[in-house]
Amino acid sequence: MDTPQTQQFKIIGTRPVRHDGLDKVIGRAKYGADYAFPGMLYGKVLRSTLAHARIKSINAEKALRLPGVKAVVTHADFAPQTTAPVYRMGGEAAINPLYLACNILSKDKVLFVGHGVAAVAATSPHIAEEALALIEVEYEPLPMVLDLLEAMKPGAPILNPDVRRKSAPDEQTNIAGEFQFKRGDIEAGFKAADIIVEREFRTEMVHQGYIEPPNALGIFPGDGHATVYTSTQGPFDVRIMSATLLGLPEGSVKVIPAEIGGGFGAKLTVHIEPIALLLSKASGGRPVKMVMTRTEMMRGATGPTSGSILKVKMGAMKEGKIVAAKAWFAYEAGAFPGSPVWLGCFTGLSPYNIENFLVDGYDVLINKPKTTSYRAPGATNAAFAVECVVDELAQRCGMDPLDLRIKNASREGTASVMGPKFPRIGFVEVCEAIKNSDHYRTPLAQVPGKYRGRGVATGFWINGGMQSSAIVNVHADGTASLVTGSVDIGGSRASTAMVVAEVLGLRAEDVRPAVADTDSIGYTDGTGGSRVAFATGLAAYQAAHDVVRQLKERAAKIWEITAEDVDWTDGKAISRKNGVAPLSLKELAPRLTRTGGPVTGRANVYATGVGPSFAGCLVDVEIDPETAKVQVLRCTVVQDVGKAIHPSYVEGQMQGGTVQGLGWALNEEYVYDEKGTLRNASFLDYRMPTCLDLPMIDPVIVEVANPGHPLGVRGVGEVSIVPPPAAVANAVSMAVGTRITDLPVSPPRLFKVLSAKRG
Amino acid sequence: MPTVFIPSLLRKYTSGQESLVVPGRTVGEVVRNLDEKYPGFRNQVVEGDDLKSSLAVSVDGDLAVGGLLEQVRESSEIHFVPAIGGG
Repeated sequence: MDTPQTQQFKIIGTRPVRHDGLDKVIGRAKYGADYAFPGMLYGKVLRSTLAHARIKSINAEKALRLPGVKAVVTHADFAPQTTAPVYRMGGEAAINPLYLACNILSKDKVLFVGHGVAAVAATSPHIAEEALALIEVEYEPLPMVLDLLEAMKPGAPILNPDVRRKSAPDEQTNIAGEFQFKRGDIEAGFKAADIIVEREFRTEMVHQGYIEPPNALGIFPGDGHATVYTSTQGPFDVRIMSATLLGLPEGSVKVIPAEIGGGFGAKLTVHIEPIALLLSKASGGRPVKMVMTRTEMMRGATGPTSGSILKVKMGAMKEGKIVAAKAWFAYEAGAFPGSPVWLGCFTGLSPYNIENFLVDGYDVLINKPKTTSYRAPGATNAAFAVECVVDELAQRCGMDPLDLRIKNASREGTASVMGPKFPRIGFVEVCEAIKNSDHYRTPLAQVPGKYRGRGVATGFWINGGMQSSAIVNVHADGTASLVTGSVDIGGSRASTAMVVAEVLGLRAEDVRPAVADTDSIGYTDGTGGSRVAFATGLAAYQAAHDVVRQLKERAAKIWEITAEDVDWTDGKAISRKNGVAPLSLKELAPRLTRTGGPVTGRANVYATGVGPSFAGCLVDVEIDPETAKVQVLRCTVVQDVGKAIHPSYVEGQMQGGTVQGLGWALNEEYVYDEKGTLRNASFLDYRMPTCLDLPMIDPVIVEVANPGHPLGVRGVGEVSIVPPPAAVANAVSMAVGTRITDLPVSPPRLFKVLSAKRG
Repeated sequence: MPTVFIPSLLRKYTSGQESLVVPGRTVGEVVRNLDEKYPGFRNQVVEGDDLKSSLAVSVDGDLAVGGLLEQVRESSEIHFVPAIGGG
């Protein structure tokens, strides 16, 4: 039997045109904001202009008297909620329904500028906006805290009086969670080390920067059944969350996922979907459409990812063996608990096999928006700190930075920071591929009057498995359709269809993929955690094999033999018995009617065998000494993808993640004023890189097959964002001769570094 | 017998032990047996009849999709890890 390492493919590994491409190019694809119904109303949310205040009263009488206004709702219209967990993602993650409801519409306190307070439905968006201005809210302002370290101190303004540390159950605190991973003897490790590097790093809050603002169209006539059209990564997440907040059984909410214009993790939760349903119910069941403005999206209604403070100390022997590591990570959770700090704690040191380590992590409440997932959540922050220290260790040891990484690399059987041992992984292969790249072998040329530097960094992401469902229908014309519950955010329709085509012996274009609503497909976890090509791909693979099983039975019937005497090879049924000509799917399909009727394959999986991913980034930069602007001259991303089903989309993921990481490194940051208001809440001022800012990102695919997947697949969507900030910081450090510790390395920050250097 | 690795912050419930060899055919049975020797541990990882919402369990390096019901072998290694999220 072929193993994932030895399989030969006909479809997998090719680059067919994506099935959904034409619709997107000609504007036929339907995004959330494109939906409209007769009698539809428009919803808008009144948002707080204060960063921390008690709500004394909300008076909507004037707003309700405005002609065209049909309903006003507040937190009180949600079903009563508690902090008891409600499970999502198949039980692997839970939501706190009280916090979720309070984050969407504040209950008694506003906790950040942009926090929802009330919502209006009206016959036009303009009337709805006018009505917002007529809602009278009386606030009692409270002291706020915007600085992470200040928020951790005793005596800081408290956001949630019920939050306690386990170690101090009688004291109010903003430290909402503590994590620790520990192994070996940390003190003995540092004592033995020849070289110790210790630094403190800081990163700022950044946004995912998806182009399509969150939207929802809710229809809730009050008959117990609600329908939501929305741009989401997780239709089933929207279902359970909306049902919980409205006090409905989960199955009574139907979620119809629209095409999605980016999400990067932020659209795995609900933002306005439950509000649209509340407003629909309050206005007699009329459809209510809501589309956030860019300012709402940026200012906090959707959740950016954490700013952080990261302290890392590592010790190595002269020959480069790392013998001890200590890390202290504090992440901004925003207004409610739940930063990805534990993932930072887990991922930061996991690329390395270190005998003695201690990692502490803190989840900290602060008067900023509730953070949410962003591509490899938590990993980029931690890797920024660890990979800069590793780079400095290599420098101090006089070693090539990749040789030091290879010397200390985690391999198959190495225990990760969390404890479980790695299966076959490709970290060493990634490092070697960078070393062998044309980019690494070509010396960086210096030019007079500029600072130039080269930096390298690596990153790790755990990847997800979880639950997926798939249905394959065979059509009489010899084509097939594939139905899954996974929203396609990165080309997964093409990749899962290619898996089915490979098994059935069809062309990729002969398999039409579709994403179903929550009533039409079995439970499927959200499109996140780099899980879809892996887990939904596995469901598609199994569903296709279910079709094969049935086709073998049909062929056996035609040949008057038993199904056990039929093989399926190269997309054809082959008789072991009577030497008849093989039958392909295309030949069997027209004969289904006379051999038993339609053929549908199905599979529901809870996928195990997840293959972790590693990536590396190599970057050359040039700095203008006058303006302190960092220009990326050349960038190469290397990633172990297991098996690239559609190499073009894999490369696209690698390039996209790298560009986001470069934006995080170079310019992106939330800038707050002293009142806690985000000052750069537009894409004009929130400076994401454009194609004019960056060179072509050169992708190098490494394929170390994942033994846990029949096709060798690993998740590919996230890990490429992890290394670039450290790679850029290392490159700039080399260029200017001063270690960079704060992100972004924007002109104002770097100018200060250069000025200090000049004296 | 399976080996249970104790998360750092829960070692105070196991007298500082980093790992323990505990009999059991499922994760749930192992946890019950561990709790008999170290009372209080179960409450840290179990809520009702399932794992706490903040936790997942890994058996032999792979996420145990059955949670407490997951079968374990004599040589199994059991780790309690935070529940996963992703972007």
